[in-house]
Amino acid sequence: MRALFFALALSVGPALAEESLVTGLSRDDVQITADFTGSDILVYGAVRRNSPAPQTPPLDVIVTLEGPSGPVTVRRKERIFGIWVNRAAVDLAEVPSYFAIASSGALDQILSPDDDLKHQISLERRMSVTKITGDAMDFADFLQATQRIGSAKGNYVTQHSGVKLAEDTLFRADFALPANLTEGDFTVRMFLLRGGRVIDTKEQTIDVRKTGIERQLSNMAHRQPLLYGILSLLLAAVAGWGASEMFRIWRR
Amino acid sequence: MQIYLPIAEVSVNLFLLLGLGGLVGFLSGMFGVGGGFLITPLLLFIGVPPGVAVATGANQVVASSISGVLAQLRRKGVDFVMGSVLLIGGMIGSFIGVQIFAYMTALGQVDVFVQLSYVFFLGFIGVTMFWESARAIWRSQRQGAQQIRRAHQHSWMHSLPFKVKFRKSGLFISVLPPLALGACVGVLSAIMGVGGGFILVPAMIYLLGMPTKVVVGTSLFQIIFVTGFTTIMHAVNSQTVDMMLAFVLIVGGVIGAQIGSRMSTRLKPEQLRILLAMLVLAVSIKIALDLLLMPAELYSVTRLVLP
Repeated sequence: MRALFFALALSVGPALAEESLVTGLSRDDVQITADFTGSDILVYGAVRRNSPAPQTPPLDVIVTLEGPSGPVTVRRKERIFGIWVNRAAVDLAEVPSYFAIASSGALDQILSPDDDLKHQISLERRMSVTKITGDAMDFADFLQATQRIGSAKGNYVTQHSGVKLAEDTLFRADFALPANLTEGDFTVRMFLLRGGRVIDTKEQTIDVRKTGIERQLSNMAHRQPLLYGILSLLLAAVAGWGASEMFRIWRR
Repeated sequence: MQIYLPIAEVSVNLFLLLGLGGLVGFLSGMFGVGGGFLITPLLLFIGVPPGVAVATGANQVVASSISGVLAQLRRKGVDFVMGSVLLIGGMIGSFIGVQIFAYMTALGQVDVFVQLSYVFFLGFIGVTMFWESARAIWRSQRQGAQQIRRAHQHSWMHSLPFKVKFRKSGLFISVLPPLALGACVGVLSAIMGVGGGFILVPAMIYLLGMPTKVVVGTSLFQIIFVTGFTTIMHAVNSQTVDMMLAFVLIVGGVIGAQIGSRMSTRLKPEQLRILLAMLVLAVSIKIALDLLLMPAELYSVTRLVLP
């Protein structure tokens, strides 16, 4: 472990890495079972220094937790012949299914736009437009809508003072994963900042998987769709027949 | 108590789902319809994605139809020849419907398309049924006015080729009208996740001239296979059948259906029909309003490839 820290410290280089992150997670896997109602994740860590901490500029920490991402289509409804129909559309690449960001202060005060762009920290920076269909030149509205809808569903979370920083050395951030998760690798990214510039980053993954019957059903639905379909029918047939028999016995 | 649905990837309250299944089962026991037209909009309402709602709705209708057809079989109320002809049409229709569904999904118009289908068909059936049962009630109150009813009327349908004898139904007509009717219902089943009983039953009585006692059983017989076929098509094409969801709905439905069919013996048929008509109209008006009024959120996000 110590060798690893040493190697990491060396690889970043002594000029930049006067301060670096040492981090940990309360858990590195989440199992989605039938009665899954969400999961709490604690991200904790410390700032490692070779020399005493400088007084200025102020130290900040940002932690993001991100679910598997993929392309999405965002559509906007317009009124046509009196009814509301999807018209203009914007395709976005790499939109996370879940995104939580916690920071030790308001994002626009602790993170410079340049570094946000460089490290792709905030959700806006994660999403990029790949295709525009119809009258959607105002695609910024579509990006905002994506965030708004995600937030309303509880899939996009912003905690402006979600990172508790103690003595400019220890920090912790608490995340509550919701129940409607997409399985896959969740990435935790941690950024150490001074005066808006990122001075160190760390990344860890949390394995989110369906288990038990959830896993079996989901795997089968995707790997053996025909068999899965037939089984669904069998289930319905047995239930239907059972109901009819029960009803007959009950009536007697 | 929350339950995580593996395909829909949402967590829903178990008792809410059981309640929905029970409500739909209650109505299906009471009115003798599959209840698919209710379950799909209700599932959408509680946050199940449209694809999963339609495909799983079809699966649930299979269970309630099997339960219904077994009861009808004991009363000898199933015309298997007619059922098979309707079924062949239904398979063709279902196949076409699944393609349309996939095409509309790719265009991004599937919700509007499904909603429009609902408004149009439920509105039409609701108005027709309401009008018909209101007249029946009015007529029964005005005693004495005897209704003249012929066994069947000769129409353009009798001049079509490929005539077949449907013994149970007492009909000698061309296979083309039942084939076409079956195909229409198959398309609807794939698009709306419904069995189509609410279309099939009136059409069999008024268009084909079948006797009422074989109509419900025969329609349920064909619905089993069409919705079964639809379920498999959706399972293979889009992997949207959620077995966990279907199971909970079916369990709720079984209990509801028993209560419903006990209740139905206390009401007159016309009263039952007018209640069903009002229910169908209410659903159709609700969906129409959703299309006509400006939605609170104009934007929608669709994930293309599930990671």
